[in-house]
Amino acid sequence: MRELLSGNYAIAEAVRLAKAQLIPAYPITPQTPIYERLSEMEAQGILPGIMVRVESEHSAMAMCISASLTGARVFTATSSQGLALMHEMLHNASGNRVPIVMGCVNRVLAVPWSFGSDQTDTLAQRDTGWMQFYCEDNQEAFDTVIQAYKISEAVMLPSMVIIDAFFNSHFIEPMEVPEQAMIDRFLPQADLPQRFDIENPAFVSNVVTAGAQFVPFRKTGFEDMEKAKVVIKEVDKEFKEHFGRGYGMVESLHTEEAQLVFITSGSMTSTARVAVDSLRNKGLRVGLLKIKTFRPFPSEEVRSALQGVGKVAVIDRNISLGKEGIFCQEVKSALYNSKVQPPIYGYIAGLDGLDVTPEILEGIAMEVMNKEKPDEVPVWVQ
Amino acid sequence: MGAIKAGVMKMEDEKMMVDLMRSGHMACPGCGVVIAMRLVLRALGRKTVAVLIPSCSSIIAATYPNSSLKVPAFHGTFESAAPTAAGISYVLKLQGKDDISVVAFAGDGGTFDIGLQALSGTVDRNEHYIYVCLDNEAYMNTGIQASSATPECAWTITTPLGRSARKKNIVEIMAAHRIPYAATASIGYPQDLMEKVQKAKDIRGTKFIHVLTPCPTGWRMAENLTIKSAMLSVETRLFPLYEVSNGRKYAITYEPQGLPINEYLQIQGRYRHLQEEQIAHIQAQIDEEWENLKKRLQIHNDDLIARES
Repeated sequence: MRELLSGNYAIAEAVRLAKAQLIPAYPITPQTPIYERLSEMEAQGILPGIMVRVESEHSAMAMCISASLTGARVFTATSSQGLALMHEMLHNASGNRVPIVMGCVNRVLAVPWSFGSDQTDTLAQRDTGWMQFYCEDNQEAFDTVIQAYKISEAVMLPSMVIIDAFFNSHFIEPMEVPEQAMIDRFLPQADLPQRFDIENPAFVSNVVTAGAQFVPFRKTGFEDMEKAKVVIKEVDKEFKEHFGRGYGMVESLHTEEAQLVFITSGSMTSTARVAVDSLRNKGLRVGLLKIKTFRPFPSEEVRSALQGVGKVAVIDRNISLGKEGIFCQEVKSALYNSKVQPPIYGYIAGLDGLDVTPEILEGIAMEVMNKEKPDEVPVWVQ
Repeated sequence: MGAIKAGVMKMEDEKMMVDLMRSGHMACPGCGVVIAMRLVLRALGRKTVAVLIPSCSSIIAATYPNSSLKVPAFHGTFESAAPTAAGISYVLKLQGKDDISVVAFAGDGGTFDIGLQALSGTVDRNEHYIYVCLDNEAYMNTGIQASSATPECAWTITTPLGRSARKKNIVEIMAAHRIPYAATASIGYPQDLMEKVQKAKDIRGTKFIHVLTPCPTGWRMAENLTIKSAMLSVETRLFPLYEVSNGRKYAITYEPQGLPINEYLQIQGRYRHLQEEQIAHIQAQIDEEWENLKKRLQIHNDDLIARES
C-alpha cells in the first residue's frame, strides 16, 4: 500500500509488521514519534507485541536482552544521550548473542546541547558488536527494519537501523508499506532459542575464568560478524525478490573510471545524487559511493568500487576529535593494504543537522579536483 | 546462644526440602548470602529462573561452565537486576509459562545504590517477579567498600573512621511505591524467611524481600557467628521481621526480645572502635525506628477497626 510516512513512523510500521513481541521504550528527541506511534498502535489494538514504558534507556536494553534470551523478538529505539546511556548494555547484547533490532535516530551528543543530526552517537558505538545500517530515506528505513530481523536472527547478533534526525525522522515521504501476508512470507514469526529451560537448566553468561575462556567467545563473535557480510547480501537479494527493492552493503553510482567519487551515508546521499547528476551534466566524471552497512564494514565492496578512481571525497556528518571523520578513517583503513590507493579528501559537513546542499557538494568537488593533495586534517564546511 | 530462640523448621513440609543449590559453590566460609539463596530457592522450587548481577551471589553461583544452581540462571548487569528479571517474566507469560517464578538476587550495592532507579521502575510498573536483596551492608564482592546500606558508624575500607550517613530504609522505599508485598527476612529464622518467599510467589506483581546476610569477612567476625549475628540483629530490633502489603498493611511476623544492641555490635570487628555514646546513639535510633514501625502497624489496625465499626 502506498502511504505518506515520516522515517519514525516508517520504523514503527515495520516493527508492527515484523511482529516484535516486546518493546521496552523510553522517550528522547528525535526518536519519540517511534515510541508514540507504537503506543498508539497498542491502544488501537493493532500492535502484535506489548509495550513496556521503562524508566531509562539502560533498562530498555536490559529488558530487551533478557526477553530475547527467553525467546521473544524485541525492539527498542533511541537517540544520542539515550544511546550513550545504553553503552554498557550494547556490549552485553552482542556478547549474549541476542538478535535485538534497535531504531537509532542520529542526534548530536551534548555538549553543546542540540537536537540536529550527527552520526557520532551511533558511530561511537562502533565497537559494541552491533551491526549498523545507515538508511538514506524512509522506505529504506522501513525495509531495513524488516531485513535486520532476518539478518540478526540468522547470525545472532543485534542490529541498529539508523536514520538522520529530522531529515529522515520527521520528514514525510511517499513510500510502499507491504501487506502483512507479504511480510510474513519473507519474515516468519520468530523462532528463537529459549535459553531458560526448567528441564535443562543452564547458567547463561556467568563469569568465565580469565583469558582462556574469554578469547574463544570473542573470537566466535568476530567470525560471525564476518559471516554476517554474506548473510546481509543474501537477505537483501531475497528481499528484492519479494518486494522489488534492494540496497546492497554499499551502492555505487557512476564510480567506474570516475575522476572523483563522493562517499556518503544516510540522508545526505539523496542530495549527493543530485549533485552528481549536475556535475556529470557539466561533463565531469563524478561518481557516488553510498555506504549503508558500517558494521560489518564492507571493505571488499569499498575497494572494488574505488578501483581506478581518481580522487575520493568522504563527507562525514560526524567527527572524532583528534583524528577526522569516522567514515573517512574506515575507508582509508579498508584501502591501506590494497593496490587501490586514490587520494582521500575528508570533509566534515552537516553537523547538528546543518543543510548540506547540492551546491555545497559541487563546491567540494571543484575544490578537490583543483587540490594537489589532501590536507592532514579534514576540511570543515560551515 | 543463651536467650535467643531458634526458629524451628517444619521438616514435614517436603516441598521446602528440595535443595536447589549444589555443594561446591564459591562462597566464603560462613557466608550468609549463600544460606539465604539456598532458603529462597528451596521455598520457590525448581520451576524458577534466577537472575544474578555482579555481586557475591553471582560468584557463589560459580564460573563457566559450572553452576551451583539447579535452576536456569542469567548473569545480567549490575544496575539491571530488576528490568532483567521483568523481561524474562514478560516473555514467560507470552509463552504460557506463567507457573515459572522469576527471582532476582541482588546485593545491597545493586539495590540501595546503583540499581535503585531500575528497581523503582519495575515496582512502579508492578512487573511480576520476586526481588531478593541479599544485604551484607557493603560492597563485599569487591572487598568491603561502603554502600548506602552500610550502617552509620560501621567500619569499611572506604570508611576507615566509620560511615557518617545513616542506612537507607529500603523496605519503606518499597512501601512508598505501594508494592504488593515487601518483607524483611533473616537467615536466623529460616521458616519465617521461606514462608515469606512462598507468600510472595503466589502474589501477582513485584515482591521485595530484604534479607540481612551477615558477612564474616566484611563484618570482621568469626565464621561461626553468622547465624548468631543474624539472630541478634532481629532480637535487638535492629532488623525486625515484618511485612507490608500494598505499602499499607503492616505485620510484625516475629516478636523480638529487644536485647541491647551492644550484644550485636560487640561480636563484630567493624564496630570495634565505637565509643559508649556512639552505642547509645545507635540504640536510640533503633528504639525510634521500632516505635515508628509499631505506629505504622497501629495506623493500619486502627483503620481496620474504623472500617469494621
